[in-house]
Amino acid sequence: MDTTVATTGKEGKLWGGGNEPLRASYGKMMMWFFIVSDALTFSGFLAAYGFSRFKFIESWPIADEVFTHVPFFHGSYPMIYVAFMTFILIMSSVTMVLAVDAGHHLNKSKVTWYMFLTIIGGIIFVGSQAWEWNTFIKGEFGAVQTKGGNILQFGKYTTVDGKETFQRVAVADFTIAAKTERVDHESKNGLWFVTESTRPEYSVNEVLEGLKANPEVLVRTQILTEEGHKTVLSREESIKQIADNGKQVVHGANLKVNEYGAPIFADFFFFITGFHGFHVFSGIVINIIVFFNVILGTYEKRRSYEMVEKVGLYWHFVDLVWVFVFTFFYLV
Amino acid sequence: MAHEHNLAIFQGLLKFKSNTQKIWGVLIFLSIITAVEVVLGIYKPEILMIQVLGMKGLNWIFIILTIVKAYYIAWDFMHLRDEKPALRRVIVWTGVFLISYLMFILLQEGGYIESVFRNGFVTNSF
Repeated sequence: MDTTVATTGKEGKLWGGGNEPLRASYGKMMMWFFIVSDALTFSGFLAAYGFSRFKFIESWPIADEVFTHVPFFHGSYPMIYVAFMTFILIMSSVTMVLAVDAGHHLNKSKVTWYMFLTIIGGIIFVGSQAWEWNTFIKGEFGAVQTKGGNILQFGKYTTVDGKETFQRVAVADFTIAAKTERVDHESKNGLWFVTESTRPEYSVNEVLEGLKANPEVLVRTQILTEEGHKTVLSREESIKQIADNGKQVVHGANLKVNEYGAPIFADFFFFITGFHGFHVFSGIVINIIVFFNVILGTYEKRRSYEMVEKVGLYWHFVDLVWVFVFTFFYLV
Repeated sequence: MAHEHNLAIFQGLLKFKSNTQKIWGVLIFLSIITAVEVVLGIYKPEILMIQVLGMKGLNWIFIILTIVKAYYIAWDFMHLRDEKPALRRVIVWTGVFLISYLMFILLQEGGYIESVFRNGFVTNSF
């Protein structure tokens, strides 16, 4: 009891730190200060995202077409995986509250178990997030970027269940790969002080040849129609756009190019979900520290599990932020 | 530390017997809301696609449901319900005021820039 600083000898004294403003302890109050300021940071990011989106409202990527993958399953399942991630995070929030509740009853074994489950939930979430990033970076169909920085995607009309729908076609499926025009530059066979990054798998000319040879393939631009679909160009228009404006073939997304649409969409995705993922990661680390303190009986000796409550506040906050990220990135 | 819990949610419509029960009750409620969001997001009912105050009706539904979820996470998981009303107000209204201010300014500006692009003041042809 004497080794911990749970009591300061100031209890009951109005001045000198003995008074708890708003009946919240010092630690809890500071956690709330942090949470409010962090909430403002996140809302700054999300507001900036909203700004860019309103700026490019006519050509913003459709989230349902971007995030369609589920691990171990083929096919297009928009929203399912991210809904699962949301559920995991809410679930780990629940085990966290249960840990706090068990702490109020000074039930050490229950706190231990619930903390453990919370950590597992957090790890599953971060793992899913990493998988989501990986899928996004790898890309799916590929596209052609124009000189003006716009994205031209490919697809064809097919009849599914009697309804004519526009199905995306991967660049690799129709492109006629010509003989490589030149070998990759390497420092050992050229100028040793010059390096070259990996070149795209196909050139625009190869895509153009493939497009000409496949009469059913059409180009789709970024521009949204009245009904909220992307504009599909006519056959002549398609060939003309690729021939006149095509600059490079892009596959997947990074900070510079994005096969799904505006590069800034990818930038915001990486930045906001990355910042959130970093919060989850640090939450897991703090949870692990508190978990070991629970096992070692630190809070048992203190007769107070308030530390679990404080880390719990942080953990719920991370959940709270995800609820908003989920809405603004995947739903709206 | 607040050991006594306020166990009623929905303005007292639903009262739980213990804190643990309340937690599970709130989880069920949050899961239902998420499920509704996902279903609406996948099917996108045509009737909700009308424009309401500059945005699709469906998007307003999503935003309202998100705020409802945020309310229950803050009130029951972060146990703001059991804190002093003054602490609750300090936390909530500071955020609400600053965030709505920031949102309004940035979205307004984004909409303006979009109109400049669209009206051809700056060309954005391929």
